Amino acid sequence: MNIRFKFDEPDTRHRLDQMSQDIIGKAFDRPDGPMKVSGQATYAAEWEVDRLAHGVLVRAPVARGRLKSLGIEAVSAMDGVIAVLTGERFLRVPAQGTENTAPHQGASDIYYHGQPVALVVAETFEAARHAAHHLALEIETSGPAPVDPEASDTVREETDRSSQGDLDRAMAEAAHTVDVTYRTPGHNSAAMEPHAAIAQWDGDELTLRGAYQMLKFNRNELADSLGIPAEKVRILAPYVGGGFGSKLGISHEGVAAALAAREIGRPVSVVLSRQQVFETTIRRSESRQRIRLAAGEDGRLTGIGHEYLVSNLPEEDFAEPVAQATPFLYAGEHREVVEELARVHRLLAGSVRAPGEAIGVTVLENAMDELAEKVGLDPVELRLRNIPDVDPSSGKPYSSNRLADCLVHGAERFGWDNRNKEPGSERHGEWLIGQGMASAVRVNMLAPAEARVRLSPEGDVTIETDMTDIGTGTYAILTQIASEMLGIVPDRIETRLGDTDFPPGPGSGGSWGAASTGTAVFIACEEIRRRIAKRVAVAETDLTLVDGHAITDNRKIPLPEILAGVAIDVVGELEPGKAQKARRQATYGAYFAEVAVNAVTGETRVRRMLGVFSAGRILNAKTARSQCLGGMTWGIGMALTEALVHDARDGHLINHDLAEYHIPVNADVPQIEVDLLDERDDWANPLQAKGIGELGICGAAASVVNAIYNATGVRVRDYPATLDKVLAGLP
Amino acid sequence: MRTDLSINGEHFSLEADPRTTLLDALRHHLHLTGTKKGCDHGQCGACTVLVNGRRINSCLTLACMHDGDAITTIEGLGVPGQLSPLQEAFVEFDGYQCGYCTPGQICSATAMLDEVKAGWPSHVTEDVNDMPKLTEAEIAERMSGNLCRCACYPNIVDAIMDVAEGGHK
Ligand code: FES
Ligand code: FES
Repeated sequence: MNIRFKFDEPDTRHRLDQMSQDIIGKAFDRPDGPMKVSGQATYAAEWEVDRLAHGVLVRAPVARGRLKSLGIEAVSAMDGVIAVLTGERFLRVPAQGTENTAPHQGASDIYYHGQPVALVVAETFEAARHAAHHLALEIETSGPAPVDPEASDTVREETDRSSQGDLDRAMAEAAHTVDVTYRTPGHNSAAMEPHAAIAQWDGDELTLRGAYQMLKFNRNELADSLGIPAEKVRILAPYVGGGFGSKLGISHEGVAAALAAREIGRPVSVVLSRQQVFETTIRRSESRQRIRLAAGEDGRLTGIGHEYLVSNLPEEDFAEPVAQATPFLYAGEHREVVEELARVHRLLAGSVRAPGEAIGVTVLENAMDELAEKVGLDPVELRLRNIPDVDPSSGKPYSSNRLADCLVHGAERFGWDNRNKEPGSERHGEWLIGQGMASAVRVNMLAPAEARVRLSPEGDVTIETDMTDIGTGTYAILTQIASEMLGIVPDRIETRLGDTDFPPGPGSGGSWGAASTGTAVFIACEEIRRRIAKRVAVAETDLTLVDGHAITDNRKIPLPEILAGVAIDVVGELEPGKAQKARRQATYGAYFAEVAVNAVTGETRVRRMLGVFSAGRILNAKTARSQCLGGMTWGIGMALTEALVHDARDGHLINHDLAEYHIPVNADVPQIEVDLLDERDDWANPLQAKGIGELGICGAAASVVNAIYNATGVRVRDYPATLDKVLAGLP
Repeated sequence: MRTDLSINGEHFSLEADPRTTLLDALRHHLHLTGTKKGCDHGQCGACTVLVNGRRINSCLTLACMHDGDAITTIEGLGVPGQLSPLQEAFVEFDGYQCGYCTPGQICSATAMLDEVKAGWPSHVTEDVNDMPKLTEAEIAERMSGNLCRCACYPNIVDAIMDVAEGGHK
């Protein structure tokens, strides 16, 4: 049966705290761990499928043009080649997160350098790759195709503007002001598993094993792209090798594999090369951000302005929401946010871990560092003075806001008081030492979700949902929620994920998966508890379930005895309601970093880094900490090395692989420390938990770049802070 | 063409296109998909396997070059229920998230610990005349050929350190 729950009122019951299994929040090992560490976990391209053919995509070598012919003659006689496909159902771009319909399609109309225009299918991967290199594409270029967001002939549209009060006047009248422009480059998610799909038809029914984050939406996107009903499509993704936004929407490989498999009547696997992942999936837009801060003598903000320019392809809606957190992070009655979108022929811009805050909070936190210096105030103290009581843009109260606790606790644990107070004044041998800090903030969301929980007569539990685990810990936390609620040891719980045959959820993205699908599991478990309570004739709230037993009136009854041969099968359905809108909901944190900058070479090494976060109830101390480590490490990459570089003539990505696009390696990352504050957010959901997958990157890079300033006196406003930018200004 | 491979102690007679890399031979022909492909260009380490005890990137070598070599993949190190000490430590210290780089990390770490025991120095070794001491910096340096985008590096270092210090015997 289905139990529906609409979340309208704050849930002050804190049910998970009243349970007895004592597993929620604990550092519980991932149940999927043994499969992963032994190489037994099956990722998209790894299913054993009979008569599998291999497809390799072919990219367009121009920014704008029309495909005239494929030049098939050169390859059709090659050994092992089965077919060469193109067509108007090929995707021009992957779908954006939650798009739910086909993205722009058509292989003949070329919009960016690297756009997939054909698929070569062969008996082996080697034959397909060889043939793909030898297709003699005939393409007619057309123009103009602007590729530089800031060039004078590029079209720029104002896509958003909101203002409050009079920021110009506040700036004119302020005792202290900052008016600075920063630039951040594009980023690639670079999940370690390249996009991959195996498509297999049975009559008019398609099974796709793919690497996707949001299966409910991906199924509709795939069906719509192929022009078939969604009921004919099943997607399987029990293990996904990282996503970080790049696998939110259906992508080239899924549609091309499905088309090819139907065409040749055999299963087809399509795996993107690493270069194709970079050139054809999505990028985080580069940004130009102007921040204006107006403050009184005491550093209290009177105004904040955040104007930014980001880019995307013509006809695409997505614009990186750079100022997403600017309206509510700090006080100030005069405010202005302006968004401009440049139309360029670079690959699709879309969601990369924490779209918006990842770069927006980072730059805001650099500007706050500049303000602290002007006011002559400790950067921590400046922030503490500017934490509002209510959301200053909407007047809404916060659901919870422990930014101050994060700052104070972090400063103490890091030893912030002992920091170098004069930029460029602490030197050990060749190394200049400095410390920096920044606040963290990320909006919190809840989405409709369903999950099935089945309690067998023997007392075993099965959880089923189409939710994915992309490294986020879903297997662990759903198991813990059911274990806690039902008093069943985790060994007797099986969590099954990543199958569109299971009840749908919102998937992994926007840090909303754990809260949303976790609540659906919670709802189902509450109903199962009610049924058990009825059988033993106690109120559900008086029922204690632990280790497979119900305890009532000093009696300890094994569950199988209570169930008497009957299973309980419940689908919990969450509908977000008024609670979501009634409060400003976000997660908060603070970063502290210590860097050493080489006085001879300008090289920066991060020596220490601490993150303190508050995100409601922590469901699993181990996996939540790992998520934060990941986010902070991305912050190190953003600060020091990561930048997509596009060719000025045709926009092609020059650094399209892992040798040229530098994600942090082990030696770039110190033994980062993470502290998670104990918190319950009653307005978030009945778990009192908030998303934590993205919080760790939202401002992290600023703490590193602020530390570089403290170490050297060099203010880098053009990310990343590579040594050439630091070297020129060294003392 | 035919190549005789010894993988995890088992003999395989591979009949494949000479262009087949060792990595694709494992994944496509022998269905040993524990070894991962992250870049196919020697840039990520996801494809790390042991050839005669030494770690290599299996995407950078052709299968036909390994006639008679003893190859160990992640499947040969341990299976659920009988994990190797490093595999157990990775679970305990959460040295992985998505798990895609993980087999490569573990194969790499397995060989790396032997390299240290054999006295091989690294870029961060203080004195190359001494036996290297396995510090956090040594582990981080020696494991930097294995990228992890989930960025579990601190946990990977802790897991390896634990095993080096005798944990998970
Ligand atoms: S796949 Fe071999 S190093 Fe990346
Ligand atoms: S665990 Fe995901 S890349 Fe390392």
